[in-house]
Amino acid sequence: MDVVIGLEVHVQLNRLKTKLFCSCPLDYHGREPNTHVCPVCLGLPGAMPVINREAVRSAIKVALALNAEINPVMRFDRKNYFYPDLPKGFQISQYDMPLAWGGYVTIETESGEKRVTLKRIHMEEDPGKLSYKGSITTAKYSLIDYNRSGAPLLEIVTEPVLRSPKEARTFLNTLRIILEYLDVFDGDLEGAMRVDANISIAGGGRVEIKNISSFKGVERALAYEITRQKNLMRRGRKIERETRHFDEANSITVSLRSKEEEQDYRYFPEPDLVPIYTSEFVDDVKDALPEMPWEKRERLIKQYSLSLEKAKILVLDPKMADYFERVAKEIDPRVAASWIVDVLRGELNYRDMSFSEGERRLNSDELVELLTYFLKGRITEKGVVEVIRTKLDHGGSVEEIIQSKGLFSIPQDEIDRLCREAIEKNPKAVEDYRAGKKQAANFLVGYVMKMTEGRADPGETARKIREILEEIS
Amino acid sequence: MIDDDAVRHIANLSKIEVDDDEIQEFKRDFERIIEFFNRLDEIDPDVEPTYNVIPLKNVVRKDMPRKPLDREKVLANAKFREEGYFKGPRVVE
Ligand SMILES: [Zn+2]
Repeated sequence: MDVVIGLEVHVQLNRLKTKLFCSCPLDYHGREPNTHVCPVCLGLPGAMPVINREAVRSAIKVALALNAEINPVMRFDRKNYFYPDLPKGFQISQYDMPLAWGGYVTIETESGEKRVTLKRIHMEEDPGKLSYKGSITTAKYSLIDYNRSGAPLLEIVTEPVLRSPKEARTFLNTLRIILEYLDVFDGDLEGAMRVDANISIAGGGRVEIKNISSFKGVERALAYEITRQKNLMRRGRKIERETRHFDEANSITVSLRSKEEEQDYRYFPEPDLVPIYTSEFVDDVKDALPEMPWEKRERLIKQYSLSLEKAKILVLDPKMADYFERVAKEIDPRVAASWIVDVLRGELNYRDMSFSEGERRLNSDELVELLTYFLKGRITEKGVVEVIRTKLDHGGSVEEIIQSKGLFSIPQDEIDRLCREAIEKNPKAVEDYRAGKKQAANFLVGYVMKMTEGRADPGETARKIREILEEIS
Repeated sequence: MIDDDAVRHIANLSKIEVDDDEIQEFKRDFERIIEFFNRLDEIDPDVEPTYNVIPLKNVVRKDMPRKPLDREKVLANAKFREEGYFKGPRVVE
């Protein structure tokens, strides 16, 4: 059955220092309620908004990176509705002259690359935050914190071109990476990205799911909704056009009481703000655009002869790509890429650790040191993995860990010496071997393993022992 | 074109209660307002709309934090408060 999904993504430009229309600090996360507010973001009478220059620059940055067409003149409008999180009784947003029209994001799907086209991108202010004491269903009143009120948001609206919950999630992941490359967004902060999803199945009405606050949530809400709608259709019921709410704790969507009338926001131009002529910013911002993931990917492939697969993964996180480039300065880039992508990243995922956290525990100099030992044959592949794990879990210096865990390999001449010693000290085993009991060699290998406390390579040792036995027979 | 329901709808959006006899009064007022606005139709449609009456553009400020308002002042006019929060009605349906 045909599924069509469109997303409205609210992205907080949370790398800025102040709010969109006032100078209140944006670092309100985890702070006491109503300590990051002023007359402007409280909507007190007579307070006047003035737009944050860097917010305009960040917004233009995003529009450029998403290939959107920036409006030569953008302006702000008031979106009127009553809700306690909105102190003015309206939200300053953009209506018919938004930041940008169109644009696209290229995502990787199972059937290759796909271009997710965008409708528009506009700027707006975040509302405050409501909370409830005890359970949301039994609380008699709400508590309101306006610290978030006036935080700078971008709303990015896609065309209804996504075909599955998984595609929706891939789109959001890709978008997140782009925003982090632009250094306008930190996806780890609570409430950094909130999504409204529209979904319709061929023949059914369009259902909107409001305010989903995580990537996993988007995928789960959509998957639930598809199942629900298909079941209704199977029973011959009609899918009504409606708005639903995602209950994150139970992974289900529930109907919000459908209002008879369409929301009537009565948009009109915000008289307290003047228009922004974007051309005054665009050239400047263009010059400051960083290398984007797809550009970095191509460069890594060219500059370091990496495979497409490795490069694709390295650019998922700009911190990982930088880390790779630092390591690749010192050792063979392909060896570096394979250890970072296949081993380090796997160990981090296993521990649910971000790359920046991993980098704090094992910095690029330390990985260079470790891999240099490996490339010189001083430590085995297994040993490298063990050091990486120990660094991530307990810390310590690379050399200390190798020493204390006895991971330095035994030099080849020492192995050779021990092989000869094994043969000299075990004439019975040698005799058995000569008599055709080839497994007697295992006994001699065992001797070497015992003497080296298991640090010799058993296969290599066996080969050496057979070589000496053939030599002296 | 302004009927009783239109007045009720607008009253509801504005969070204002109106009596039935007030509705008749508002209806007359609204008709007059609309009549007044209809005069805009006489204007040449090619004239640029006036979005802003002040001839300014690109008024911006630096991204520099300033000290927020003291919380006692923030909450000074709040009728109901609790633990630093404003206290409001329950809004979940
Ligand atoms: Zn403020």
